[in-house]
Amino acid sequence: MKTSHIKFYQTGTYTVGNRLLSDADRSVQSTMERTNSLNSGHRACQGCGEALGARYAIDAAMRATGNRLIAANATGCLEVFSTPYPETSWQIPWIHSLFGNTAAVATGVAAALKVQGRDNTRVVAQGGDGGTTDIGFGCLSGMFERNDDVLYICYDNEAYMNTGVQRSSATPPAARTATTQAVGRSPGNVFGQGKNVPLIAMAHEIPYVATASVADVRDLEDKVTKAMAISGARYVHILVPCPLGWGSAPHDTIKLARLAIESGLFPVFEAEHGEITGRRHIRRQVPVEDYLRPQKRFAHLFKPVLQTDRLAALQAVADRNIRRFDLLEREDQV
Amino acid sequence: MKKPFAITLDVGSSLANLTGSWRTERPVYLDRLPPCNATCAAGEDIQQWLFHAEEGAYETAWRVLMHDNPLPAVMGRVCYHPCESACNRGRLDESVGINSVERFLGDQALKEGWQIAPGADTGKRVMVVGSGPAGLSAAYHLRRLGHAVTVFEAQSAAGGMMRYGIPQYRLPRDVLDGEIARIVDMGVELRVDAEVSDLVATMQADGFDACFLGVGAQIGRRAYIPAGDANRITDAVSVLHGMAGDDKPLLGRRVVVYGGGNTAVDVARTARRLGAEESIIVYRRTADKMPAHAGEVEEAVEEGVKLKWLTTIKAAESETITVEKMELDDAGFPQPTGEFEVMPADSVVLALGQDVDTQMLEGLDLEMEHGSVKVDAGMMTDHAGVFAGGDMVDGERTVTVAIGHGKKAARAIDAWLRGTVYQVAPKNELATYERLNTWYYSDAEKTVRPVLDLIRRQSTFDEVRGGLDEGNALYEARRCLSCGNCFECDTCYGVCPDNAVIKLGPGKRFRFNYDYCKGCGLCVAECPCGAIKMVPEAV
Amino acid sequence: MLKQMEGSQAVAEAVALCRPEVICAYPITPQTHIVEKLGQLVKDGTLEHCEFVNVESEFAALSVAIGASATGARAYTATASQGLLYMAEAVYNASGLGLPIVMTIGNRAIGAPINIWNDQQDSMSMRDAGWIQLYAETNQEAIDLHIQAFRLAEELSVPVMVCMDGFILTHAYERVDVPEQADVDRFVPPFAPRQILDPQQPVTIGAMVGPEAFTEVRYLAHYRQMQALWLIPELAEDFEQQFGRASGGLIHEYRTAGAQTLVVALGSVNGTIKDVVDEMRDDGHAIGSVSICSFRPFPMKALKTALRTAQRVVVIEKSLAVGIGGIVSTDVRMALDGLDIAVHTVVAGLGGRAITRASLREAFDRAARNALQRLTFLDLKHDVIHAEIQRLESTRLSGPIAENILRELGIVADHIG
Repeated sequence: MKTSHIKFYQTGTYTVGNRLLSDADRSVQSTMERTNSLNSGHRACQGCGEALGARYAIDAAMRATGNRLIAANATGCLEVFSTPYPETSWQIPWIHSLFGNTAAVATGVAAALKVQGRDNTRVVAQGGDGGTTDIGFGCLSGMFERNDDVLYICYDNEAYMNTGVQRSSATPPAARTATTQAVGRSPGNVFGQGKNVPLIAMAHEIPYVATASVADVRDLEDKVTKAMAISGARYVHILVPCPLGWGSAPHDTIKLARLAIESGLFPVFEAEHGEITGRRHIRRQVPVEDYLRPQKRFAHLFKPVLQTDRLAALQAVADRNIRRFDLLEREDQV
Repeated sequence: MKKPFAITLDVGSSLANLTGSWRTERPVYLDRLPPCNATCAAGEDIQQWLFHAEEGAYETAWRVLMHDNPLPAVMGRVCYHPCESACNRGRLDESVGINSVERFLGDQALKEGWQIAPGADTGKRVMVVGSGPAGLSAAYHLRRLGHAVTVFEAQSAAGGMMRYGIPQYRLPRDVLDGEIARIVDMGVELRVDAEVSDLVATMQADGFDACFLGVGAQIGRRAYIPAGDANRITDAVSVLHGMAGDDKPLLGRRVVVYGGGNTAVDVARTARRLGAEESIIVYRRTADKMPAHAGEVEEAVEEGVKLKWLTTIKAAESETITVEKMELDDAGFPQPTGEFEVMPADSVVLALGQDVDTQMLEGLDLEMEHGSVKVDAGMMTDHAGVFAGGDMVDGERTVTVAIGHGKKAARAIDAWLRGTVYQVAPKNELATYERLNTWYYSDAEKTVRPVLDLIRRQSTFDEVRGGLDEGNALYEARRCLSCGNCFECDTCYGVCPDNAVIKLGPGKRFRFNYDYCKGCGLCVAECPCGAIKMVPEAV
Repeated sequence: MLKQMEGSQAVAEAVALCRPEVICAYPITPQTHIVEKLGQLVKDGTLEHCEFVNVESEFAALSVAIGASATGARAYTATASQGLLYMAEAVYNASGLGLPIVMTIGNRAIGAPINIWNDQQDSMSMRDAGWIQLYAETNQEAIDLHIQAFRLAEELSVPVMVCMDGFILTHAYERVDVPEQADVDRFVPPFAPRQILDPQQPVTIGAMVGPEAFTEVRYLAHYRQMQALWLIPELAEDFEQQFGRASGGLIHEYRTAGAQTLVVALGSVNGTIKDVVDEMRDDGHAIGSVSICSFRPFPMKALKTALRTAQRVVVIEKSLAVGIGGIVSTDVRMALDGLDIAVHTVVAGLGGRAITRASLREAFDRAARNALQRLTFLDLKHDVIHAEIQRLESTRLSGPIAENILRELGIVADHIG
């Protein structure tokens, strides 16, 4: 499938839609027919990145499967804000079992569909970073290793937001959470810890691994669509800023995701069978400071005194990503 | 399915939860005034016709353009396009080539023979004096409003300064003729060689209900230069006017043009084409103070025109002139230095500005101001029913301004004929660059219109600037950022985490569903063109 | 068809006859042979239309079964001991979601100290998890209970655990009658799920329920188990009619007529108890026994009817509620509420200690003499206990009791640095 970054006319490359494109080339989110798999009336906070990312991803998966999709959902914000009795926001067959078993539940769904011969119905498992990189990691790894026919989507907002913003293994260094308070000699989360699940997924040599964000819906949809065209275990890791946990303005959700990518702190790439096959180049590189400043969880880096050494350490993280994932477009690649 | 109680729910049931009650601010759609439109003296809705051109709907685009401007092919060549200087895209990469697209649309219309229908007959008759841009514009707009129009032109052909002032290499006459013919085809009566000597008498004799004056400023301003041979000093208006006839002006090998405006540049370039080996613009101030359009100056220099700054002409002798070097004072005004120089010159052309010929206005006793006819906000002189515009009235003397005057006057005349007063619609707030989210626009450099081969244009009067072909006109139109006006990019529809934006379908834009909008403001922050704003909820 | 075979193999064949569609396998002694055999049956094509999933943990095993069951597939898994505890969260979840999964428990002790041998502490720990718990006395009954369990689970939309004593049953070779496929097919109809994940009629399963409805959800879970109190005997009757063999039901009575002493127990120990009952009856003692097959739901009424004429009840328990004593006997006392019958708890067979006829005889004799204490640990080594308690009181040495005991006995002393 083609996912190269063509210019969708000058005004439409990065926008959600473009009236000048043919119907087939339009993003799912721009269509009037999109399924709104996660419907209005959910109880997510204002400007919730996860609600947005989930609708982007599941709507795309719905289109890719002709609306024949079943989702398993981990405990977490997404589950809580979408399904408080007596109301559900989901428009698709959806099951929530536990916090840490979502990948396994999805395996069970896939196994059932296979044995029943319902081959045209596909399975998505989804959870937050806590449910994915921490408590659900065993089941996730098992699902990967068996190459079960499941697309697992992690909505990464970099902490346990549902329980009140505690550190997860996806929390970035220096970030303030309720369990990595901005106090003491090295305030915020520890440097040198954390888990890169996309890379771990690649180590399982599963058919498809990708990262994406709510800042680039076309890229996200392309990846989900591509994932749905593949059988076996697939993993898509989506950065979804959280105004509550990050201490950011609700209207900055997409901007922050964009800055995370443009700074190099969140590399956007895809891999097949353990090999990186594509990356989204940084378009307008920014220093990490531009990304960190609007977030209260990093406020201690800027006041009462500017923490230049810690900022430099975070910049080094971004620089390493840029080298490692080859995120800067070189002249010969244009 | 007999569903288990509470743990299993019917899909989509959350619609019962109206999250709009969380909101403290609400987003609202609005149209902001794009800077191009704001600066267009002809009052064109540039952003709107580019919107249609982006889709390749050229005729629709042209018709939107024609709503304001009857001469797009002319304008696409001679307008100094302040819209492009104001264009927000200029801060992103390069401004949109609005003028090129306008010319493309204008030429396309001439090629395809697109016509404009006159309005339903009102039974009113309006007299238009002068067939320059102001007069033609007034005639065209009045005709669209259904009035009978007669244009009186003293010369033997219509066009005014467009025919007798602007060199052919900038405005080929077939283009001008084509656009005038289209106006005439709407039923405008054109009387050439019809100088009006007594306006009031003519109006009464022919039963006109109103009149628009657009006779321009035809008299070249003179400066006192002691001259041994007065024949060697001429003025720009005469030179350029002379270009329309069969006998071209004789200027000699070395031509000095005195002045710093666009007319000076036109004459200097014309002199080169007439065979002058040396064509020098002498200007008393510096390049940056020169009123001429930078692009014109640049092309002139490319063609070999020379420029001599901080210089005044003190005297003209046979084959030479004496000039004095100037220097700028603290206020930026040139002051004499007492240093003189003699330079060779076969002729001197004065391009120091033009004055209005007040002769025909004497019977009307119109109030004048700084040499121009004074008009009110609706372009009416202090003589009821007589309106004026173009170079006759105060303002920048360009074709664009004149066309704008003609349109405004036509609408005011229409109101006046119906016994009402013309009201200008209030303007929307400006769509400044800061209102945009420019992330969403991809990099797309401006297309440059082909420039005629240099040698060829030094010696001929062929049009210097070529036009865009359809491919690059489309490309250029699509560079428009659509500042302040929804271009249906679906971004608001996409980025709402609550599905609270309803897409109404092509051409119908969007609507907020306030039942569910939580007021997060993402749509406002991400709208590329600044067409949404947040307003506080009422308490 | 009569076969001489291992209990695990027999159960595996019985499960296969029920045509499960998804089987999740994770090894843990003493259950492992069951899933091994099932894996073989799937792989060699004997069991068709079945996905055999090798998972990475018991937690995943039951979670995969949850997903499969919610998608309308008949799902089965098996576990024991630590494995059951590791999947505890999912155990509650499966019943909470009303998913009719069948799971075999090869009953085994729970550590620490780690112990692979039989007792029933594992399944007892899950007695309140909302699953129906059936305990097999023999391998034949284990076979038969599995066949009944699928129908029971699916008719009620409640998951069922079939508990069989580890090693004693799972690894015992004996003659069993494995039913024919056609007969099982007649008894167990295809799975018609109450709820299913299906794009044709999408639903949200597993909503978050707050105080406004949680009690009602729990009440309904209880109500469904209460329905099993009549469905279990009905199925047993059906089964007997079709297969000509009495298996299952709520309880089994043995020589209870006129008994003054009645012994109550779960599972395989009933075999030994019956031998002792026979022996004592021969000796003129008015003794009988009652085997509880359905521990959850607890057959309060049936048990009361069976026990009401006795003077005393002795509950043989293969589990211990530390800090109070008996688990089963607490429930038995509740069943006998209002009757003047003494209930004795005999904790026996923990961690695989053999329950001998002699020891039982001694305990029952003592009971008959009204000399049995309320709580007795069968064959407790009093000298060891005494020494350890003495030592504890003198040294207050902390650390694992088991190793301290062994140290005292000198068994591992040489290996400890």
